[in-house]
Amino acid sequence: LAPWVPVVGLEIHAQISSNSKLFSGSQVQFAAPPNSLVSFFDASLPGTLPVLNRRCVEAAVMTGLALNCSINKKSLFDRKHYFYADLPAGYQITQQRVPIAVNGRLSYSLCIDNKMSQMVTKTVRIKQIQLEQDSGKSLHDDTRSQTLVDLNRAGVGLMEVVMEPDMCCGEEAAAAVRELQLILQTLGSSQAVMAEGKLRVDANVSVHHPGEPYGVRTEVKNINSIRFLAKAVDYEIQRQIEELENGGTILNETRAFDSKLGCTVPMRDKEGKQDYRFMPEPNLPPLILYDAKSLPANMNHQQVVNIDWIHERLPDLPSVKRAKLVEQYGILPEHSFTLLNEDGLTEFFENVVKQTQMKPKKVIGWILNDLLSYLKQHSLTVKESPVSPFLLADLLNLLEKKEISSTAAKQVLAELWKGEGKAPLEIVKEKELELIQDQKELEQICQAVIDGQENEVIMMVLG
Amino acid sequence: AAWKGGLRFQVSAALKEGRVTPTELCQRCLSLIKSTKFLNAYITVAEETALKQAEESEKRYRRGQPLGVLDGIPIAVKDNFNTAGIETTCASNMLKGYVSPYNATVVQKLLDQGAVLLGKTNLDEFAMGSGSTDGVFGPVRNPWSYSRQYKEKSVPKSHSEDKDANWVITGGSSGGSAAAVSSFTCFAALGSDTGGSTRNPAAHCGVVGLKPTYGLISRHGLIPLVNSMDVPGILTRCVDDAAVVLGSLAGHDPKDSTTIQDNFNPFELPNLTDISKFSIGIPKEYHAPGLSSEILALWSKAADLFKNAGAKVNEVSLPHTRYSIVCYHVLCTAEVASNMARFDGLEYGHRSDMNKSTESMYAATRREGFNDVVRGRILSGNYFLLKQNYENYFIKAQKVRRLIANDFVKVFRSGVDILLTPTTLSDAVPYMEFIKEDNRTRSTQDDILTQAANMAGLPAINVPTALSERGLPVGLQFIGRSFQEKQLLTVAKWFEKQIKFPMIQLEEVKRHDHGVFQHQKSASFS
Repeated sequence: LAPWVPVVGLEIHAQISSNSKLFSGSQVQFAAPPNSLVSFFDASLPGTLPVLNRRCVEAAVMTGLALNCSINKKSLFDRKHYFYADLPAGYQITQQRVPIAVNGRLSYSLCIDNKMSQMVTKTVRIKQIQLEQDSGKSLHDDTRSQTLVDLNRAGVGLMEVVMEPDMCCGEEAAAAVRELQLILQTLGSSQAVMAEGKLRVDANVSVHHPGEPYGVRTEVKNINSIRFLAKAVDYEIQRQIEELENGGTILNETRAFDSKLGCTVPMRDKEGKQDYRFMPEPNLPPLILYDAKSLPANMNHQQVVNIDWIHERLPDLPSVKRAKLVEQYGILPEHSFTLLNEDGLTEFFENVVKQTQMKPKKVIGWILNDLLSYLKQHSLTVKESPVSPFLLADLLNLLEKKEISSTAAKQVLAELWKGEGKAPLEIVKEKELELIQDQKELEQICQAVIDGQENEVIMMVLG
Repeated sequence: AAWKGGLRFQVSAALKEGRVTPTELCQRCLSLIKSTKFLNAYITVAEETALKQAEESEKRYRRGQPLGVLDGIPIAVKDNFNTAGIETTCASNMLKGYVSPYNATVVQKLLDQGAVLLGKTNLDEFAMGSGSTDGVFGPVRNPWSYSRQYKEKSVPKSHSEDKDANWVITGGSSGGSAAAVSSFTCFAALGSDTGGSTRNPAAHCGVVGLKPTYGLISRHGLIPLVNSMDVPGILTRCVDDAAVVLGSLAGHDPKDSTTIQDNFNPFELPNLTDISKFSIGIPKEYHAPGLSSEILALWSKAADLFKNAGAKVNEVSLPHTRYSIVCYHVLCTAEVASNMARFDGLEYGHRSDMNKSTESMYAATRREGFNDVVRGRILSGNYFLLKQNYENYFIKAQKVRRLIANDFVKVFRSGVDILLTPTTLSDAVPYMEFIKEDNRTRSTQDDILTQAANMAGLPAINVPTALSERGLPVGLQFIGRSFQEKQLLTVAKWFEKQIKFPMIQLEEVKRHDHGVFQHQKSASFS
């Protein structure tokens, strides 16, 4: 059978981390009472007008710069029309013609095998980033045949990040999204938590034979975690391959991922072949951004968004942070990935390193193998760790000074997990785990053992 | 009493001097509204709140601390502006009973100045029309239908004929506001102007109708027809009054991103005596097919007036004028289709009882809520916005719009200060004749002289000029440069002073006429 080339692209919606919404002053807050954060504009009351939120523009510029995009100094807003209960105005304000950022790229890394021993770097092209409004939420109450609409989320700012179909499998898609998530969280432009709906991913999947044109693609929605993203993509690739090998065809449709069944199912055709009747948003002038060169001399700094000013203030991106960790501490690249992957772990590690004489190269083992696996076993975050950096450093110092063996250290650590507040030294003393340093004492002990096992000794000596 | 000019005007002066109180003024207007009810100019009369506002104003005058020239002045507002606590219907079933929680910026500004809001005036449904005949509350009647001037000239067709049958339309879509000002029930009114909706009824009702430059006055709270062309319009009985109202409304509004940032300085109009420094342009394309010979003659006379006073008067050309109607139609309907999408019955307004599904509820709600005119424009607009049509219609129309706007730029750049044109093709037609043609046809015909100014965003003003042979008002239009309202109104005021347009002779007004209205050629607050 001829090989198949799977092609995966992603459309990611990241909710912008801001105090107020994209075009109105109502608050942005997760899990507030229904319809308590709705301004007149959000409710589409007649006569209300959009006013662009500066912070949202800055968030998009930051994100664009971090993803190596060209920032469009002039971008435009459009209306995308469709009727739905959670879209009060009957249209969404988005950027269809000229978005705020284009032509970027994201580098991400994958392990070649499961042991995190070999990493390979890949790149995915970023087609564009656009600013747009989020919709409200509809809750279907089938028992009462009604739909309940909560407009708290209506109008919240989103950045839609479009990733070109440069990925080939679930693992790549997951790794790319994970890296994007870390970047957004580092920038602070989005909290990017998938579980809270602050990061939503739709996957576009198709397969084709090498040398042939791309196949028909399907869009997969309803993916609620990075883990499910990988599953959904891989499932869909398999489904398409099987379908085609059985002589079937792929429909250009939208499918939903069913996490319970682990498969994709066709979605109820909620929009059909929609013509969104795009039209320029007449109430918003073109968005003009400046840089150091184009900024007019007498322009009030408060009135404009300066791309260069934002660029200068970008924090270290994850890739830079990792490289610094590797350089500074002599750890492996794979290690730096794991450190950044767990919220708070880098900080923990660095705190331990500061407080111990043990070399970072050795400390990292304790962090990644012992600490992390314990946390994972008990579903704890780093912040919830019963063992503080101070305690761990204390323990590692004992080990470093050869006061205990590494086996003993593991035993002490096991005790420390109980979180009873005992210091490592205390536990060592309690359990009599001290390493005996005195040569004479050691000889005496050995002698005592030998003396007590005469027969075995004779057998050993005789061979 | 002669006045020295400035921002202090006759009624304002009378209020200040205590010759009349705000409450008296308000009561007289409310009473006159009642006796002119047959005009159907008002949809809602806010009697209680108006009297309260008048009381507050009176207290301020007694303390010697009026808020300004507009303090205590009764005004009316077209019913497509949001007014908190007072119904805003847009003359549509869709918004019958809708009480907005907020005031439009322009309404708030007037209230902050102490103006007394008498009520909301009638219009074509959602401001779509040129007759003020297509709203759910019925048509507005032109007060001049009942004037001595018109009655004298009209020949009764038979004895049994209902003398009412010959009443003429106000024009539209701000007919209610124009009628309200024309019949003295208020001293100023807000209208809106998208294709001529303030200037057209101003011309037919013999009042001043100002369309300001797009971006000068906030549209926040004005329920939109065409966002890229709509402006709040000002209707008054004289040009000076329009300048006063403009001064209280213009300026940047952070709630409206299409208003310009520049500071606006309210101005007093000079009493210009020497017009010779001005260059007046007469666009030849405005000699449009269907222009009545009467108005043509009047236009010519006006041009001569300027010439004889020493101004430069030249014919100019705006070559793309003939494409403006079609261009306007495409862009207008497209924006209408978009703006009306929010009326789905879910959040506010009319909601149909049909509840088999959300879609069926939407469809029924919109069918029940909108009249044919609105639905027709939505259908057209959606057609033009379809992917396969967008390039050929919408984009093309935008390009043509640019050409139309450039016509004006070129002319103004060549040294012309002001353009002088007719406002309407004829005087007001009788209602029975008007309704023989459909709304679309009428709008197409009636907007031709006014809507290019909306396409180009330019300021324009109707100045009542003379009475037609039928005894009905005819106005002429001045179009100025962007944001040069002061120059525009200065020339308009000079013209107004030369021609001395007659005051309407209305029985009902006469009965209420004492005190303030006496001895005035045009009873205004200026």
